[in-house]
Amino acid sequence: MDSVYRVMFHLRSVWAILLALAVGSILILAAGSNPIEAYATLFKGAFFDYWGFAATLVKMCPLLLAGLAVVLPLRAGLFNIGAEGQIYIGALFATIVALYVPGLPGPLHIVLCTLAGALGGALWALIPALLKAYQRINEIIVTLLLNFVALHFVSFVVSGPMMEKGAPYPYSPEIPDTLFLPHLLARTDAHYGVLVGVVIALSLYVVFQRGVFGFTLATVGRNPNAARYAGMSVERHIILSFMIAGAFAGLAGTFEVLGHRYRLFHAFSQGYGYDGIVVAFLAGLNPLFAIFSALFIGGLRSGANMMQRAMGIETTVVEAIQGLVILFVAASLAFRYRATAIGRAIARRQEVEEALDGQTGDRKT
Amino acid sequence: MADYKLALENITKSFGALTANDAVNLRVRAGTVHAVLGENGAGKSTLMNILYGLYKPDSGRILVDGQPVTVSSPKEALASGIGMVHQHFMLVAHLTVTENIVLGMSGQGLMLDVAGHTRRIEDLSKSFGFDIDPGAEVIKLPIGMQQRVEILKLLYHNAEILILDEPTSVLTPNETGPFFELLHRLKDAGKTIIFITHKLEEVMAVADDVTVMQDGKVRASVGAADTDPASLARTMVGREVLFQVKRSAHSTGETVLELDGVTAGNDRGLKALERVSFEVRAGEVFGIAGVDGNGQTELAEVITGLRSVDSGRILVAGKDITQTSVSRRAGELGIAYVPEDRHRDGLVLDDSVAQNAILRTYDQAPFASYGFFNRQAIADHAARLVRDFDVRLQSIDQEIRYLSGGNQQKVILARELEANPKVLVAAQPTKGLDVGAIEFVQQQILNQRDRGVAILYISTELEHLLDVCDRVGVLFSGRLMDTLAAADATPERIGLLMAGVAA
Repeated sequence: MDSVYRVMFHLRSVWAILLALAVGSILILAAGSNPIEAYATLFKGAFFDYWGFAATLVKMCPLLLAGLAVVLPLRAGLFNIGAEGQIYIGALFATIVALYVPGLPGPLHIVLCTLAGALGGALWALIPALLKAYQRINEIIVTLLLNFVALHFVSFVVSGPMMEKGAPYPYSPEIPDTLFLPHLLARTDAHYGVLVGVVIALSLYVVFQRGVFGFTLATVGRNPNAARYAGMSVERHIILSFMIAGAFAGLAGTFEVLGHRYRLFHAFSQGYGYDGIVVAFLAGLNPLFAIFSALFIGGLRSGANMMQRAMGIETTVVEAIQGLVILFVAASLAFRYRATAIGRAIARRQEVEEALDGQTGDRKT
Repeated sequence: MADYKLALENITKSFGALTANDAVNLRVRAGTVHAVLGENGAGKSTLMNILYGLYKPDSGRILVDGQPVTVSSPKEALASGIGMVHQHFMLVAHLTVTENIVLGMSGQGLMLDVAGHTRRIEDLSKSFGFDIDPGAEVIKLPIGMQQRVEILKLLYHNAEILILDEPTSVLTPNETGPFFELLHRLKDAGKTIIFITHKLEEVMAVADDVTVMQDGKVRASVGAADTDPASLARTMVGREVLFQVKRSAHSTGETVLELDGVTAGNDRGLKALERVSFEVRAGEVFGIAGVDGNGQTELAEVITGLRSVDSGRILVAGKDITQTSVSRRAGELGIAYVPEDRHRDGLVLDDSVAQNAILRTYDQAPFASYGFFNRQAIADHAARLVRDFDVRLQSIDQEIRYLSGGNQQKVILARELEANPKVLVAAQPTKGLDVGAIEFVQQQILNQRDRGVAILYISTELEHLLDVCDRVGVLFSGRLMDTLAAADATPERIGLLMAGVAA
């Protein structure tokens, strides 16, 4: 019974998705379409169509990196709601290097832009990290509020100092085409950024499994007092985890510019940073699973466009489905709390049991 | 039947496969002090929680004055005249005594009649000789007084049966006497008292009847006059108990640990240690006595590097280590530390036994190289510690949460002692352990002494200190009151120092 429960719990993301799709089908019915047909169109368009799959990969890249930017600090018990802002600042740094650092060979210039983007995200994340580490100011609120600062700062920059001359809409000049990221699938928009994301996810998985840094992060998250006792610096880990997370999100913004849009737009991110939270939770905070959850959410997004074109169903239905996925994953976490409550009860039981065993053992001697 | 104020009949309560209470019968005569004696895990707390309405028994019934009652919440318990003083007080620190007592009373209307309540509480307090100012803020009262507030609260709510859970654990030895007198006065006023304890001498001092529990069952229920400590101990533990650990003769060596005028603050920034100076020699156990919260935790933390000092110096083998990091103190300097609260500081409960076993050396060879762990080395290390310290577990990959307190403490001891430390700081190492585990821990500490380790042994349990220490110092509000050689350290003398009375 216990093991059945455990397996069911581990598959909670699958249940959440299925439930969300089931409720979503009611919405599709209400919109006057056949849900089975609609879903078939959606998933076929997202995963079994060359162009559609490419579109999925384009969306997957920022989703995955933003998801990892949420996963990493959470291992140390810290919430990074600020991936959105880190994406903007990362993209800004990358665009500045792309536009204003001249005379470099293409590949080197790409690397430099990428590093600048990562640095931008990391520096933006450093603000809440320092406030958290040394002043105990809630990182959730600071990261959330800094998103708006970043969004509007980038808006200001691209509608003022960095605005393309005569542009009808706030955006920067296009970056040199030597900086365009190579394409992963020929004749599509799918670029190499998503591969960088996958490599980072796999590395993070290994570090979490076997790495000393993964262990110290987890220890800080699980018991900061014991971490201090073990000689780990809690403050250092708060700062490090946030800066690395910020760098991931900064990369997401960088690749949007270098791989997809080729210029910095006002409000270009469309909430990838927030969707990263969905990716992280759908993946159960596992970097390996984040690859799949980012692929899934990306597919949902690109398939929605397909569904709209083919069947006239508004993409808002898919947004609702994504919202439902979050809702059900969140609801399943309530089961986790219950599961841990059960786990605690079992723990107490075993504790007493072993204490009693100990006594019986003593009696024999 | 009617003679019994309270009767529990065939109470059974199971948690899964474990039967915490197995057909327990408890009969308490009206107007008596009835001790419930047993080790940790014997089922005392479960039984009291059932009586107080926190747990629902699987079977059995509760009778008050011969009438069956159902108790499914503390509120109902109080309505049946049953009140409980928990080991950790349930008081709101920044409210006054009156406010705390009135808190949660129903039928108050919109406006609270503070003056009326205060007057009645004052009268009640006087009639029992409690000497409590109802207008005082609770946080400003000493612990012993807070305990009286808890009792007064129950009396004011018309409780007839008072359950006191380990009431003496927060008192100094000198406060225990007056507390027992108070119990007598309550008894004389017709109150019935259930006194939960694991201390034999208290049973003999104050109880009329005693019920001994072990393994969830009642092993004996006798009049206190008809028994003696030795037979109670035998019944409680289920075997013959030695009241002394083995101590071999030994000689002490050079001074290893030295504190020179150390002053430090606590977490709230208040002064916790004031100019504390002492030295501990190789092969010596220096005990620190004192009521909990008089600077013991801070003392252990400044020595191990978890807390910085405001002034003063800490030296190990003559070298000033005041500014040295936690990991260097643990590693190169060999300062082992058994923290007071193993769940808070000593262990990561969500981690495996093997991971906890390397908590202090996780980044060193052979456990880690180039930033990655060597799982085989970690597993071998854990297996060796488990074998050497006889830790009872299912697997080294099991979460340490699932080990018993005694076995968790063994993992900590094993981890701290295996590197052959020069200094051992043991803060309340026997806290919450049963008699068997206490013996083991104390024996390990004495073994380290014989190896020539300088040991600082902090405990609030005077008997344990006197069992293992060569010298005892007493901390009172952050000051080291005095230091006594073991031979001169009588409970009376230490008790006075613990209460802040200089000898």
